Amino acid sequence: MIAALKALLGRRDEPATPPGEAAPARQLALVIDLNVCVGCHACVTSCKEWNTGGAAGPLFDENAYGADPTGTFFNRVQTYEAGVFPNTETIHFPKSCLHCEDPPCVPVCPTGASYKRKSDGIVLVDYDKCIACKYCAWACPYGAREIDEARQVMTKCTLCVDRIEDATLAPDDRKPACVKACPTGARLFGDVKDPDSDVSRAIRERGGYSLMPEWETRPANQYLPRRVTSEPRE
Amino acid sequence: MNPAFSVVVFTTAAGAAQGLVVALAIALLAGVPMAASFVRASLLVAIVLLVAGLASSLLHLGRPARAWRAATMWRTSWLSREVIVLPAFIALVTLWWLAARAPGSAPARLALPLAAIALAALLWYCTAMIYACLRFIEEWAQPLTIVNFFLLGLSSGSVLASALAAVAGEQRALAIAAPTAFVVTLVAWASRSAAWRRNAVLRHRSTVQTATGIRSARLAQTSMGMSAGSFNTREFFHRASAAALHRIKAIALVLGFALPAVLLAGVVAGMLPDLACVVALLVQAPGLIADRWLFFAQAKHPQNLYYQVVS
Repeated sequence: MIAALKALLGRRDEPATPPGEAAPARQLALVIDLNVCVGCHACVTSCKEWNTGGAAGPLFDENAYGADPTGTFFNRVQTYEAGVFPNTETIHFPKSCLHCEDPPCVPVCPTGASYKRKSDGIVLVDYDKCIACKYCAWACPYGAREIDEARQVMTKCTLCVDRIEDATLAPDDRKPACVKACPTGARLFGDVKDPDSDVSRAIRERGGYSLMPEWETRPANQYLPRRVTSEPRE
Repeated sequence: MNPAFSVVVFTTAAGAAQGLVVALAIALLAGVPMAASFVRASLLVAIVLLVAGLASSLLHLGRPARAWRAATMWRTSWLSREVIVLPAFIALVTLWWLAARAPGSAPARLALPLAAIALAALLWYCTAMIYACLRFIEEWAQPLTIVNFFLLGLSSGSVLASALAAVAGEQRALAIAAPTAFVVTLVAWASRSAAWRRNAVLRHRSTVQTATGIRSARLAQTSMGMSAGSFNTREFFHRASAAALHRIKAIALVLGFALPAVLLAGVVAGMLPDLACVVALLVQAPGLIADRWLFFAQAKHPQNLYYQVVS
């Protein structure tokens, strides 16, 4: 435990990116495969479960068993319907922080609580500095940030920083909780700056794309489009 | 966006205070004769408004005790810059108020009013850029946002100056303040209307297709992924009906611009008593609050594309 904490703290002391080299050498990210997401919400619940007890938590819940429950989540699975009946498709669409390479939420933060980690490109919030002005949430076109109403700090997906670097976990467990939970393997995790990683290969070979490319935020997370596996019946 | 009342009140009150300080500074620099007691009383009104605005802005924060940290990121954040300039402006106006005690004080007649104009302008610019710099909130990311923060502040400030001059019986100050307030209010009306017209026909760059990357001409959300609300549905949707928005816009138009302009014109033309300026002030204040509320409510955040259907 102490060793893990030391390892975590030690990371912080890493030298910042040398001048002239703006982008981090590593960029951890998720790649979401829309072909196989079945909309089971296992990633949502496992995210909530891990993060409410981890370094990012506890995550607020209000009226959880009432008629109008609300709470803080880092990850949501939405559902869309494409096409015109009878040729419609139901698409389940997981959405969490995209860890943009040019994150608009970071420069607007007045306190420096919102930052992009130099070592691996994860966008994080320092809960001890956040004043809950919500300006970062306004500055995110994706709605990836949710305020924690109980603690009054801004929260967001951390890519499970307290899992992926925990040397006490088995190497296969050093992945975000959502990735571990997905029963269909719709969530890939890795370094998108490493051309030989699984995520880079998936993006390259399967047409990975960014959300809202018009705002040039350069999201690190990418989505794999659906492939047509059968022709619609005549 | 869901307008936060604390921010609406803060930006409106501070804008009026800035306008009042600028009006006083210009009058002094132009050599308009005013009693020292009137200048000091007016500066005190500005200070009270600014401090009330500052208090209101602190209420917007989830953790007001850490507000001092907000001054640290001035290199990148317009909010941080505003957090620095606002107390600096309050300090400067307070210094001016103190200096104006001494009769014939030289800095109170030249250096301090000049500095006050500069800081008031800087504060308007910082406040406006907080909104105008968010490129994907297209209702805000336009030059008129900046122009209107200046003009609405100058309008309310000069109306406030006219009302104070009328109450204090400062005839020569009123003879300049009232026509100025009339003209500035008309210009602000025209500029704000231009922003409304532009935003009414705005076509947003983001669509549900760009938001999801799903290439289908017909694409509709069937679930936002939760059965009830979240921060995303509370913070970014105002939930007012189209009819209510229409009424609030009418209130902003009539109370914020039209009625004050008519009252000021009446005073300038000598058809209404000077104290009609006070009525103009009392009418304009709720009108400009309504207008600032609309400024937030009319901004459509692209994240709303992801939160269309509950199920």
